[in-house]
Amino acid sequence: MKITVEIDRCVGGGQCVMAAPDVFDQDDDGLAVLLDPDPPAGLADDVQLAARLCPARAIVVEA
Amino acid sequence: MTPPPRRIVVVGASAAGLTAAESLRADGFDGDVTVIGAEPHAGYDRPPLSKQLLSGAWEAQRLELLPHHRYDELGIDCRLGTAATALDVAGRTVRVDGADLGYDRLLIATGVRPRTWPGTEGLRGVHVLRTVDDAVAFREAALSARRVVVIGAGFLGAEAAATLRGLGVPVTLVDPAPAPMQRQVGPDVARLLAGLHAEHDVDLRLGATVRAVEDDGDHVTGVRLGDGTALRTTCVLVAIGATPATAWLDGSGLDLTDGVGCDAQCRAAPDVFAAGDVARWFHRGYGTSVRVEHRTNATEQAMAAARAMLGAGGPYEPVPYVWSDQYDTKIQAYGRTAGADRFAVISGSPDDRRFVAVYGRGERVVGVLGWRSPRELLRARALVAAGVAWRDAVAA
Ligand SMILES: Cc1cc2nc3c(=O)[nH]c(=O)nc-3n(C[C@H](O)[C@H](O)[C@H](O)COP(=O)(O)OP(=O)(O)OC[C@H]3O[C@@H](n4cnc5c(N)ncnc54)[C@H](O)[C@@H]3O)c2cc1C
Ligand code: SF4
Repeated sequence: MKITVEIDRCVGGGQCVMAAPDVFDQDDDGLAVLLDPDPPAGLADDVQLAARLCPARAIVVEA
Repeated sequence: MTPPPRRIVVVGASAAGLTAAESLRADGFDGDVTVIGAEPHAGYDRPPLSKQLLSGAWEAQRLELLPHHRYDELGIDCRLGTAATALDVAGRTVRVDGADLGYDRLLIATGVRPRTWPGTEGLRGVHVLRTVDDAVAFREAALSARRVVVIGAGFLGAEAAATLRGLGVPVTLVDPAPAPMQRQVGPDVARLLAGLHAEHDVDLRLGATVRAVEDDGDHVTGVRLGDGTALRTTCVLVAIGATPATAWLDGSGLDLTDGVGCDAQCRAAPDVFAAGDVARWFHRGYGTSVRVEHRTNATEQAMAAARAMLGAGGPYEPVPYVWSDQYDTKIQAYGRTAGADRFAVISGSPDDRRFVAVYGRGERVVGVLGWRSPRELLRARALVAAGVAWRDAVAA
């Protein structure tokens, strides 16, 4: 899995943090911080959910 | 029980409709998915229309919700530039391009349409802001106007005013309420917003009604307020809310009082579901029907409706979320901040321009709002999700 966040799209709501807290965090302005760009396969569903929930479509996941 | 669906039709190719199509595939549905979209453009995101698109930071291209190759990957048949015009619930067909398209499950995701100012239809210089075409036209007009008059200081009007000020365009913001977004965020936060806009030299006309939008027969010339004041302008933005896009469903037998009425599983009728701005559903946690015009609801409800269409849905009971960006201030809220009867700041302070506030109704917390405080707000979300007692939230 390879995750990227297009940070200039991010609107800072933290939907990603709620969906996959081991993979995403937020800075003080709310912008997403990628904790793990290549998380273990067991987190794939959480990451896909985060990408789909992201209201800015800022999260790109490649297999 | 009806048999598992083979053909799913989605009407509306925007945030809710496209998320539903994606979710159906993610949930393993391998039958036909057809998405009908009235706009000629591939589905795009609306929140940036009043932000990055209006400011000029982004080109329209950047708004597209899905990269083009995703449509093929997902195997969805997306028909753009064509509107559904009727629904036959008993016959399970929708009318598209004069033909009847059969479905096993239907998702209605047609969103809302902006309210216009009566009598200004076709008048040049009077704008609404809902589509990318609206935004492009409004931006061009605003940049060449000596002053823009924004009618309505809700989320949209307040945000558009802020973005225009960032461009250096003089703005007058008119609303009958005493402060911007008062209905949505209550008087305390609304007062702070009034201060924020005043600091940025927005000419605020609050507690003011509009008597007429005046014209020379072809182009707008001004806005006349209830007290007789004349505001001269060649560019007006009408931002007075929106109504559900359900005209095409007239005669279908669906409950269309304020959107498409649905049960707790987003079901409007047998095999007919709705999601996004157009859907009013029974929120079990609230014990009442609600309709939410916010971006994350479109996504979450579409995901819930997709599961429900596949027979796997539980009740949809989200904690609603909304954000708004005005100047350098991000305002975010969870739950219901409208109609609360209690308000208290629980961390930070308005003087520091960073705080989190709780909203209560009776003895319970019903909403939280963050002002430039995204991380603290996310933590405070739990107060709403759990509906904690007011005294515990305020004591904490
Ligand atoms: C300028 C602007 C700024 C916003 N900013 C924010 C924000 O900061 N935060 C936030 O939370 N929310 C914001 N929103 C709200 C958010 O964009 C909406 O909640 C979201 O777009 C709803 O998605 P939807 O798919 O339900 O409806 P829509 O996005 O309205 O899409 C419905 C689609 O259905 C199509 N359609 C209608 N009738 C038919 C038919 N008969 N046949 C076929 N197609 C049809 C329409 O043309 C449209 O493309 C903003 C909205 C606007 C306009
Ligand atoms: S969900 Fe998307 S927009 Fe929200 S914080 Fe995460 S990356 Fe940013």
